[in-house]
Amino acid sequence: MRGLLYTLSVFAVVALGFWAYREGYETRATERAVASLERQIGERHQELSMLRAEWAYLNRPDRLHALAEMNFERLGLMPLSPDHFALTEQVGYAPPDVPNPLDDVMADDLLEDMVSEVIIMNHRYGADVAATVIAPPTLADDGEQLP
Amino acid sequence: MFRRRSRPQPSDPFVPVTPTVPRAPDPTPVLPRENPEKARMRAERRLKFTASCFLLGFVVVGLKMGAIAASEAREPATGSLSGAAIVSQRADITDREGRVLATNVTATALYAQPHLMVDPIAAAQGLSVIFPDMNAETWQRRFTSGSKFFWLKGNISPEQQQAVHDLGEPGLLFGRREMRLYPNGPLAAHLLGGARYGEQDVRAAEIKGVAGVEKTFDTYLSDPAQEGAPLRLSIDIPVQTAIEQVLSGGMRLMNAKGAAAILMDIHTGEVISLASLPDFDPNDRPRPATEGDPGDSPLFNRAVQGLYELGSTFKIFTAAQSLELGLTNSGTMINTAGPMRQGRFQIRDFDNYGPRLSVADVIRKSSNIGTARMALDIGANRQQEFLRSLGFMEPTELELTEAPGIRPLVPARWPDITTMTVSYGHGLSASPLHLAVGYASVLNGGTRVTPTLLARSQPPAPGPRIVSPRVSAESRHMLRQVVIDGTASMGEVPGYQVGGKTGTADKPKYDGGYWEDRVIATFASVFPANDPKYVLVVTLDEPEINAAGEDRRTAGWTAVPVSSEIVRRVAPLMGLRPDFDPGRDDFGAYLTQAAAR
Repeated sequence: MRGLLYTLSVFAVVALGFWAYREGYETRATERAVASLERQIGERHQELSMLRAEWAYLNRPDRLHALAEMNFERLGLMPLSPDHFALTEQVGYAPPDVPNPLDDVMADDLLEDMVSEVIIMNHRYGADVAATVIAPPTLADDGEQLP
Repeated sequence: MFRRRSRPQPSDPFVPVTPTVPRAPDPTPVLPRENPEKARMRAERRLKFTASCFLLGFVVVGLKMGAIAASEAREPATGSLSGAAIVSQRADITDREGRVLATNVTATALYAQPHLMVDPIAAAQGLSVIFPDMNAETWQRRFTSGSKFFWLKGNISPEQQQAVHDLGEPGLLFGRREMRLYPNGPLAAHLLGGARYGEQDVRAAEIKGVAGVEKTFDTYLSDPAQEGAPLRLSIDIPVQTAIEQVLSGGMRLMNAKGAAAILMDIHTGEVISLASLPDFDPNDRPRPATEGDPGDSPLFNRAVQGLYELGSTFKIFTAAQSLELGLTNSGTMINTAGPMRQGRFQIRDFDNYGPRLSVADVIRKSSNIGTARMALDIGANRQQEFLRSLGFMEPTELELTEAPGIRPLVPARWPDITTMTVSYGHGLSASPLHLAVGYASVLNGGTRVTPTLLARSQPPAPGPRIVSPRVSAESRHMLRQVVIDGTASMGEVPGYQVGGKTGTADKPKYDGGYWEDRVIATFASVFPANDPKYVLVVTLDEPEINAAGEDRRTAGWTAVPVSSEIVRRVAPLMGLRPDFDPGRDDFGAYLTQAAAR
């Protein structure tokens, strides 16, 4: 009877010791993981601040000004001036849709054949429009548009 | 285990059967009496063992308590994210919209530990190749001198770092640190000031502000309790850029050697833009000049530190005070017959404006004689009081390290001749910032503003009253007339109702007297004059332009065109909608706007 109790207690002590050690090791592993995560967060923060600095550097007014001048033909950006303000009544809204009488007459492909030679001047946007590459006028060696 | 064993049944007659009747028990032997001495010893041993167990326990507990009491209290390292939250040791500086004006990036420092070096001489030569400013002989001597540590470079580029790596010298080591970066280059350089390294360590380096906002808010920026919250200034980067651009163009066009501009919110006192040219790059702040005039150094902030006689721009203060005191109204005729004599001095006008002018015309035509007569009526004491209430006797409250030391040069004695000259801005030197504060205080409806560089979240309580709202409206109307058909006719910007006053003052020589051909041209303006929002002061140092057949230096030909271009560029940027309604220039519109506020 007693022997049994002793055996059980010894087992219990061994099991508890094992459990305690395992918990200890687990805690230390978690601590290490937390520390490494914190380090990672710190690094990410540092990267973030670096990226923010780079963003600010790339968006510095001098550079934007030079870029706007380089791409003037395409963008036509000008310094804002008082005559750029307008009244709402002066806004040219798109005219209402006029039904095309040809729609009923001709099939779509027939129409396409007829107008395929015509350069379409107004751009369309949407998922079905083929992707077009808009190449910047000058490129540096690393692909960045100077300056 | 616990089951009772079954009794064996007699099956074999020859096997003896255990008797069921119990036998009489054997007589128990009497134990010999234990030695009492031995029993006492054993009890004592047991007691001692128990006591020592308790003692050991108490000693352990006591030791632990002592250790806890003696050691420094510290939070356990795990669980707190403090290391991740505070990354940079110095907070960013942003403009009013949160665009970055100053931030930190990681940088690498180079240091040497000569006792770890394999070949100090080769190291010195290699370094002199990578860094042309390092002298090979000098560093050979230092590396072999027995010292154990040298800082070589505070901040090197990744390419240079790789080149030093390639030397393969174990005694050349790299330290990580942060570097202050001003991504916009020279933009707002005088405001930001600059930074340098304070205490240096191999693992980190302290960044300290040298001048400007960086120095004023040094403790705030490096305070960990702020958790990196950026310092938000009232500056607006696009506006500041446009002003610096126009100002530098105007400065070159007018052949001026320096220029300054201040744009201030007339009600809150927030400085939207403050520019001073020539400027510098705060990333590479030049050393203060040891010789020559410090006023010519690019470090000199003309808008805040430059004390100039601001000339006729002061006339509106005299007129406003005269109106406020009820001595005149804007139609009162003033005797302007000249020249006016006062003791041995003579006061002249730029032109002869006839025998009489109304107060509004005195301002419009900028008559010194008329202003001087109004000032004599006001008297020296009241004039001083008024200028003091506008802040012309004290340094400004702007949050720049330079500002508190800049006290206007006020005459020590104040005889009548001083009253007269000060009334048109001579004999009293103040900075353009003082002028901007004075204009804002008189023209915003008549309450004193406090200039600030910090973006305000809500408008401040109005300051002490300087003039009544009506006098303020009348002053604005008079200034508007100056631009419509007065000395500042080039200042008109259609849609923005600019009102302002020109000022041209001869520059004083260092040894007394005034230069004949060197002037400070100032234009102080307010726009829109009927519903004032901003005050703009533009100052050009020694401008000279050949226009319409002769050399011109007056502000009307130099500072005014620059100022009008600034308004034209900047007002739309600030979302100010132009108003082309000619009815805006009626005096009634001025009064109703003042009443509505």
